[in-house]
Amino acid sequence: MLDWFDAYTGTVLNGLALAAVLFVIAVGLSLVFGTMDVLNLAHGSVSLVGAYVGVAMVGDSASIAAFVAAVLVASAIGLVLGGVLAAMTAKVSGHLRQALLTLGVALIAGDVLAEVFGSDVKRVRAPEGLDGSTEVLGTPYPVYRLVMVGVGLAVAVLLYLVLERTRLGAIVRATVADRDMVEAVGIRTTLVLGGVFAGGAALAAAGGLLAAPVLGAQPGLDDTILLLALVVIVIGGLGSLRGALLGAVLVGQVQVLGVALLPELASFMLFGAMGLVLLLRPAGLLPAPGRRA
Amino acid sequence: MSADVQEVTAPLVGGSRRRPAWRLLAAGVVVVVLALLPLMLAAYPIGLMSRILAFALLVLSVDLLTGVTGLPTLGQVAYFGTGAYTAGLVGVHVTSNAPAQLVAGTLAAALVALVTGAVVVRTSGIVFLMVTLAVGELAHQAVDSLAFTGGTNGLVGIPPITLLPGGEPLLLSGFVYWWVLVVFLLGAAVAAVVVASPLGRSMRGVRDGETRLRALGQETYPVKLSAFVVAGALAGAAGTAWVAQARFISPGDLAFDVSAFALLAVVLGGAGSLWGPVLGAAVVIVARDELSSYVGGLGSMLLGAIFVVAVYLLPRGIAGVARVRRPAWTRSRGTA
Repeated sequence: MLDWFDAYTGTVLNGLALAAVLFVIAVGLSLVFGTMDVLNLAHGSVSLVGAYVGVAMVGDSASIAAFVAAVLVASAIGLVLGGVLAAMTAKVSGHLRQALLTLGVALIAGDVLAEVFGSDVKRVRAPEGLDGSTEVLGTPYPVYRLVMVGVGLAVAVLLYLVLERTRLGAIVRATVADRDMVEAVGIRTTLVLGGVFAGGAALAAAGGLLAAPVLGAQPGLDDTILLLALVVIVIGGLGSLRGALLGAVLVGQVQVLGVALLPELASFMLFGAMGLVLLLRPAGLLPAPGRRA
Repeated sequence: MSADVQEVTAPLVGGSRRRPAWRLLAAGVVVVVLALLPLMLAAYPIGLMSRILAFALLVLSVDLLTGVTGLPTLGQVAYFGTGAYTAGLVGVHVTSNAPAQLVAGTLAAALVALVTGAVVVRTSGIVFLMVTLAVGELAHQAVDSLAFTGGTNGLVGIPPITLLPGGEPLLLSGFVYWWVLVVFLLGAAVAAVVVASPLGRSMRGVRDGETRLRALGQETYPVKLSAFVVAGALAGAAGTAWVAQARFISPGDLAFDVSAFALLAVVLGGAGSLWGPVLGAAVVIVARDELSSYVGGLGSMLLGAIFVVAVYLLPRGIAGVARVRRPAWTRSRGTA
């Protein structure tokens, strides 16, 4: 067992690194669905915008400070994009019409990004000082991927504290559970919802940039990210923070460990696993409390 | 979720039952014009029309589930692909006879729909959407990795179709178009008959209030499974028509964007109406494939702009334009 773990340490860590950015990206999608009942199919595009911010600001080499600055810029752009999307979807009711609207926005964004940045794969270097490798259990492993895991954990803890321990978080959770009741006690839910949408998009853009040193930036990556994020949140349970975390860890391991252990079945495992989870637990593994499936 | 779909679609089907004589006449004129097109148009636009009709039949199958039954689906590419690959494989290994390929592809798709649907229709709403997405993606991965489907390269070397055993292969795009038109009209007729039948009434009942239907003592599972199998068969027929005109099928034809565009064509056209989604399918194909060169290769951007504008200007899709009166009760907001 320990031998096996030794051999696959790097693989498991790769899965965790992927899980970390998937969580950062997907949690916004999940909370937006939970609070606003909006399935934002432009979420992957926001992440791709973040990755291209990295291409423009970091590119081949940058100091840690420049990388952090790029993350902040990406988050700010994400915040604005989220606000715009929240305003656009506010008056559009029905999942199908929201899908039409947000996928329309995603198509436009995809073509604009391809025009500006070209259709070839763009690389983003990990910041200087973090682009080397270190020893983990006797195997060399890239430092930056460990940083990704750390950032993902930090975001998870921070979100948990904000959502579970603050008044603001209580309002957001209440809005997930029963929007009309929150409105009835005198809280403007449109502001709550717009804030969640903007915050979720900011995280998606930051996550796209964090993932860029590993995944790069190219047209079509928006679809890939959207599909993975959708799988993460439906496996975990829509609108649930813990669900998004569990879903991200599962999807990260299935994606990476699956390829290493069962290469011939790897491409089936992700959607096979999602189908299985949904058929057994339609509400996901850790559904948000108070929310009906 | 089911309430959302109901809100989009409820008034349209009611409208389709009024003035049947007028509607029959209009449908007759459209069919005659479609049938005469090869005598008027050059080979290239006729090829485009063939693609539109094949895709439109796929869109009709999505509409039967999404618009009529209230089950939004991203998985019809699985049955479209089953039909297409079956027809292609029959063409390569057995016979180039088009009716035989149609029957084989449709039956294979219906069978696969029966097996998968038996499990899938136990879910509803957004979960149904995601489970069908999984089915579609699994089919996409399957044809991509299996050897006998040609893998990533797709199925090549499909001979041109023939109509009669031992007959001349149909090489002219006009003749191929007529065959695709026949398949489309057969499929559309099946869809229209199903929608008007008692099964269609039960399907709308599932969409508008599944619990109510159950309370009245009707089992809804057989209704949903029947709808799923009929829709799967139509998607399979669409697949055989697609292969007949393209003589090629590859995993790319089963990709996520095809599912997404098929679903959006339904919403754009007006879910629940039958003619609206057909027009929606035409808009999608023309904007993405044909008008792209007029806007500097930015076909996706044009299509995206059409989607965004349609959401605000056509709240009930293209079919909603024909029907201005809207009962107030359909505007109630869904809970999920």
